[in-house]
Amino acid sequence: MAKVLVVTSGKGGVGKTTTTAAVGAALAQAGQKVVVVDFDVGLRNLDLVLGAERRVVFDLINVVQGVAKLPQALIRDKRLENLWLLPASQTKDKDALTEEGVGRVIAELRKMFDYVLCDSPAGIERGAMLAMRFADEAIIVTNPEVSSVRDSDRIIGMLDSKTVRAENGERVEKHILITRYDPARAARGEMLSIDDVLEILATPLLGIVPESQDVLRASNVGCPVTLNNPASTPARAYSDAMRRLLGEQLEMLVPAEPKGLIRLLLGRRAA
Amino acid sequence: MSMLRLFSSRQASSRQATAPIARERLQILLAHERGMLGQPDLLLQLREEILAVVSRHVVLDPDKVIVRMDRGKHVSTLEVDIELPNGADRAFAPAG
Repeated sequence: MAKVLVVTSGKGGVGKTTTTAAVGAALAQAGQKVVVVDFDVGLRNLDLVLGAERRVVFDLINVVQGVAKLPQALIRDKRLENLWLLPASQTKDKDALTEEGVGRVIAELRKMFDYVLCDSPAGIERGAMLAMRFADEAIIVTNPEVSSVRDSDRIIGMLDSKTVRAENGERVEKHILITRYDPARAARGEMLSIDDVLEILATPLLGIVPESQDVLRASNVGCPVTLNNPASTPARAYSDAMRRLLGEQLEMLVPAEPKGLIRLLLGRRAA
Repeated sequence: MSMLRLFSSRQASSRQATAPIARERLQILLAHERGMLGQPDLLLQLREEILAVVSRHVVLDPDKVIVRMDRGKHVSTLEVDIELPNGADRAFAPAG
């Protein structure tokens, strides 16, 4: 049974696109057939982070409007044969996305893939609404910082009220993924602690991804961090998060040293 | 100390400068995107016209047409992959 997952946050710049690429690639490496869908119409970037920017011909809006068929718009990753991209349009107006059209595309993708990962645009406007509208599960990407936590809370409220599942009296399963976690600043008490974030948002934790140069390097070369440097701390954090999505129970590792090399075990259970 | 040294050498070996790669990728991409603004649907138009010409001679299934693009620094390639049903050429030969 296919799962539709939205990667969302409210706030911009917290790591939604990086997360979509990293988790999508990790799922594909684990043998799942995965499509990542860019909902950021007019400001697409998932193609760039995946290194597929030169190969975009058709996009989500072309498919929604019936100008192109879905198989013509899907771009297969050159490294992972299980990973596909449905890019956003760079030139069209975001109003070209209709709920009916997006619903049709998602329904078709459900038949073709095990996982459909929807990369939401920032904000709470139409694009973000449509990205979450048909989701079964949500990854809420949060930085340990006041404005990000506040926006995540807002998004959680929307997931519980504005999705198809919510309207049918069902639940969208929600996971918090903390990204850009800086252990040195956390140790100095300059950053909200993980416990603070989880207590405020009252939502289970999927993983903690440290702030790292490896993430920047991966996006420079257009390769998901889980593929580009699988041994790096962010890649391992993303990989663990992926395994938790698949139902594994893993101990939560909190990046502890400034360089993120030594990690401490924390007795917290995953979602 | 040895742990630290181990760590720094590991870092050094994995640190190839990636910024130049990012710069080149962006230059190619932005050159195409800026040029595209005036004529956003060039690819779409090309595809429609190519299909119109081919379908004058062969019955084709629009779903079996795949258009691929590879944008390069100096040249880009447009690849149009049209699947023809077997026997289509014979059926249409007399008309030509």
